[in-house]
Amino acid sequence: MSKEKFDYFIKGEKEKYEVVIGLEVHAQVLSKSKLFSGSSTKFGADPNNQVSLIDSAFPGMLPVINEECVKQAVRTGLGLNAKINNYSVFDRKNYFYADLPQGYQISQYKNPIVGEGKVLLDMPYGSKEIGIERLHLEQDAGKSIHDMDPSNTYVDLNRSGIALMEIVSKPDLRSPDEVNAYIKKLRSIMRYLGTCDGNMQEGSLRADVNVSVRKEGDKNFGTRCEIKNVNSIKFMQMAIEYEAARQVELIENGKEIDQETRLFDIKKNETRSMRSKEDAHDYRYFPDPDLLPLKLEQKLIDDLKKSLPELPDKKKERFIKEYGLNAYEANVLVSEKEISDYYEEVAKLSDKKLAATWMMGDLFAMLNDKGLDISKSPVSAKHFAELVQAIKSGEISGRIAKEVFEIMLETGDNPKKIIESKGLKQQSDPKELEKMINEILAKNKDKVDQYKSGKEKLFGFFVGQVMKSSGGKANPQLTNEILKKLLKG
Amino acid sequence: MSLDKEKIKHVAKLARISVDEAKVESLTKDLNSIFKFIEQLNELNTDKVEPLTSILNQSLRSRKDEISDGKIREKILKNSPKENEEFFVVPKVVE
Repeated sequence: MSKEKFDYFIKGEKEKYEVVIGLEVHAQVLSKSKLFSGSSTKFGADPNNQVSLIDSAFPGMLPVINEECVKQAVRTGLGLNAKINNYSVFDRKNYFYADLPQGYQISQYKNPIVGEGKVLLDMPYGSKEIGIERLHLEQDAGKSIHDMDPSNTYVDLNRSGIALMEIVSKPDLRSPDEVNAYIKKLRSIMRYLGTCDGNMQEGSLRADVNVSVRKEGDKNFGTRCEIKNVNSIKFMQMAIEYEAARQVELIENGKEIDQETRLFDIKKNETRSMRSKEDAHDYRYFPDPDLLPLKLEQKLIDDLKKSLPELPDKKKERFIKEYGLNAYEANVLVSEKEISDYYEEVAKLSDKKLAATWMMGDLFAMLNDKGLDISKSPVSAKHFAELVQAIKSGEISGRIAKEVFEIMLETGDNPKKIIESKGLKQQSDPKELEKMINEILAKNKDKVDQYKSGKEKLFGFFVGQVMKSSGGKANPQLTNEILKKLLKG
Repeated sequence: MSLDKEKIKHVAKLARISVDEAKVESLTKDLNSIFKFIEQLNELNTDKVEPLTSILNQSLRSRKDEISDGKIREKILKNSPKENEEFFVVPKVVE
């Protein structure tokens, strides 16, 4: 595969601009209970039923940290090749909003639990490293619902106090495609680690997007705007495109860009200023007097490191080496842990390369069509491996395999049984094939003559006739060989 | 560091405290004298002293990841400004 060149620039009337993007990803920690209280974190419960006196900020309540949330943050930090800080501090970030009953969010400011790290992206123009600035633990806020009543806002505090990891990237991203690859990579790493389910529909993964532009080749950053709380990759990409174009227009018209917080309006496909957030950066952080500093023993970190599963980058390398896959195939097959597990089970029992091709073709198409995750696949890895082996051994052709696959979906039967009971076995006996082909040639004497006088396009017609009379079971390679031989004579 | 009237008004706004225009003058004076005292502490050399955020010489207490709380909606919602069986109901806040 030839390497493409990076080419994402915004063309103004006068100059060409580069887009500089940094992301603050908020990832909900997978844990049974909240960061500082014993309420459940389960999604979709009745409103305000998973709220304790701590989450609703009753006076005199004291937060006690959930040790599992701390471990999850450390695991994620290790997965991001980041420095784990043995000493970190919880601070209060002060602001008023109806879904934040405390009047402050418990977060980490000067001393986060995880420091600098990095993530590798596979782009069409090569691999690219994105720096991680930090990862810190903080509380999620409740949920405001604005459309149930024309004059009131309804607040559900079930989400209030659930642990979040805020993962801050360096401003290393340069295009919507890189943002897409970055979010997917983070999601994949966290899902491998089991630290966040990465479910964007349920809001387990959201991001604030920082965007600025600068003339191509400039070393200094432009003034950035922050687009708050975007909850899908597609919307992030749309928001970036709109925002970059807006900033370029301002610059070209000789205007200044205000550093401000903006909101992405999905319906209008535009970003607009959130005037209410004028003072948003005036959070008056200070160490939370209710919480002592968090000290981690090195042994705990070392033990967690030893217990980490194989992560996508390592697994990809291994798939290339062990199974002879190309980089593209390996990338797709390691993108989700469940997919890689399925593949390894299939590859163990069948041809490794052919297994990859068929998984990425027919199996993925079917799952996509039915909207199913691979863990819910109606075809088991064992049955799928049998199908791949039947193709590999020449027992059935690729075309028949598609038919068998359809029947496997309907009946759940194993491919052997289907092939036998429906008589789908490929016709690979040269003598029988030759006999059949001779009959066909005899029936189509006029076409044979035309072929011999130079109309070679007719070869396809003969193949078609053979397939038709064999019910698609004739071995295609053998058919070609025999046809060529007989038509020559 | 000294505070002017604008800063006082800004801090009051952030803290959602309404301050009479007439009181701003005296508040500025009061706060400035407090600041002056804090500034005076800067005379001490604290280069080799770790900042003290708590007087307890202990590390953070933690708990196991278990569900032990919640399902007290009725109690919690007693504090809602307007009555509703499921939600807190507050004046419209929307962008």
